[in-house]
Amino acid sequence: MSSKDKGWKEIAPAGVTPKSSVGFMTGDWKTYMPVRDLEKCTTCMMCVLYCPEGCIRWRPEMGKIEIDLSFCKGCGICANECPTKAITMKLPEKEE
Amino acid sequence: MATTQEWKFTAKEIAEKPDLFLPGHRACAGCGPANALRMIMKATRGPTIVTEATGCMEVVSSIYPYTSWAVPWLHTAFETSAANASGIDAALRILKQKGKLQEHVDVIAIAGDGGTFDIGLQALSGAVERGHDFLFVLYDNEGYMNTGIQRSGGTPMGAATTTTPAGSVMPGKLQHKKPIADIMVAHNMEYVASATPYYWKDMLQKVRKGLEVEGPAFLHVFAPCPRGWRSESAKSIEYEKLAVESCVFPLYEVVNGQYTLSTPSKLISLAPQKKRPVTDYLKGQGRYRHLFNPKNKYVLDEIQRWTDERWTILLKKAEQNA
Repeated sequence: MSSKDKGWKEIAPAGVTPKSSVGFMTGDWKTYMPVRDLEKCTTCMMCVLYCPEGCIRWRPEMGKIEIDLSFCKGCGICANECPTKAITMKLPEKEE
Repeated sequence: MATTQEWKFTAKEIAEKPDLFLPGHRACAGCGPANALRMIMKATRGPTIVTEATGCMEVVSSIYPYTSWAVPWLHTAFETSAANASGIDAALRILKQKGKLQEHVDVIAIAGDGGTFDIGLQALSGAVERGHDFLFVLYDNEGYMNTGIQRSGGTPMGAATTTTPAGSVMPGKLQHKKPIADIMVAHNMEYVASATPYYWKDMLQKVRKGLEVEGPAFLHVFAPCPRGWRSESAKSIEYEKLAVESCVFPLYEVVNGQYTLSTPSKLISLAPQKKRPVTDYLKGQGRYRHLFNPKNKYVLDEIQRWTDERWTILLKKAEQNA
């Protein structure tokens, strides 16, 4: 819809960004992806806190950490900061 | 700060809090400031309005038609972060006077080092002088990373940027970093602190304290930029730790002019053998690569000398107030 269809009173008074960026998947940027070793993981939450994207989430109802790969940019901070080295960065398997 | 209560929390409680800086923002992989802002927004205590000056975090979080902010968010020009905050604070005050607003609303102004050290300094100084109630968060990635890695007042000595390239003429930036926290302390502010996301507990407590202060508060957050620092994206958080351990970026609080070292820096002051040489922090960063050439050794020595000097001055200030 263009602004021509609306009167000036209907248009927002300033530049408003209407959509939440949760709809914009940044996961296709990554080369490497984090793979978690569940046996080594102590759920200390360091990966959750240090992830710049917020794509590693703590699910209290399930009592586990979930990695949302649709936002992961593959920076490797989680693997670098994990105290038990439970996360490794791996190349995703190619789709044939 | 009579009302301030020590805020106790665990990593799990922080992880359970919803993100107010949403995923899907367009920051580079391994962005330190993005992590810092995500964490800072977890320390909010109620209704919050964020205002942001132009800078990386403004650009990556509000690419039309998307916004990464789950709170009311206002952006205008580069120099106006603190001016916006004072306007918001004045508006809230009037709404309260007229009885249209009962609850307290926190105002957070966010700016990068360009928008604070250089361009936004007068607006910040004015807003602090007028005593508006807001928390100013400076995320310091030591350069104008958004516009192509130019030097700023916050760039440390010896760093190669696109406007201070390292070569045969000069070994990176020639001047030292501006002591922004000391400038803010000189405004007789109630609360000034330095923080870094590696010490997340310390940082979140400082954000909460800054919000609880009635009046202006200033928080200097150190956040690496892997793109501008030519460092590995996975090491961003590690450099935050190394910067504190080498005393390049000491952690402290200044409450009503009283300096106190925060725990990570206090441990180093109590056990000086734990203080790392600055080379531990500098190596691995591409922007300092030229300093490890033998002919530039004098720059390394100067950085070490200056860091030690600043650390000694800080220790003296903290001791006097102990």
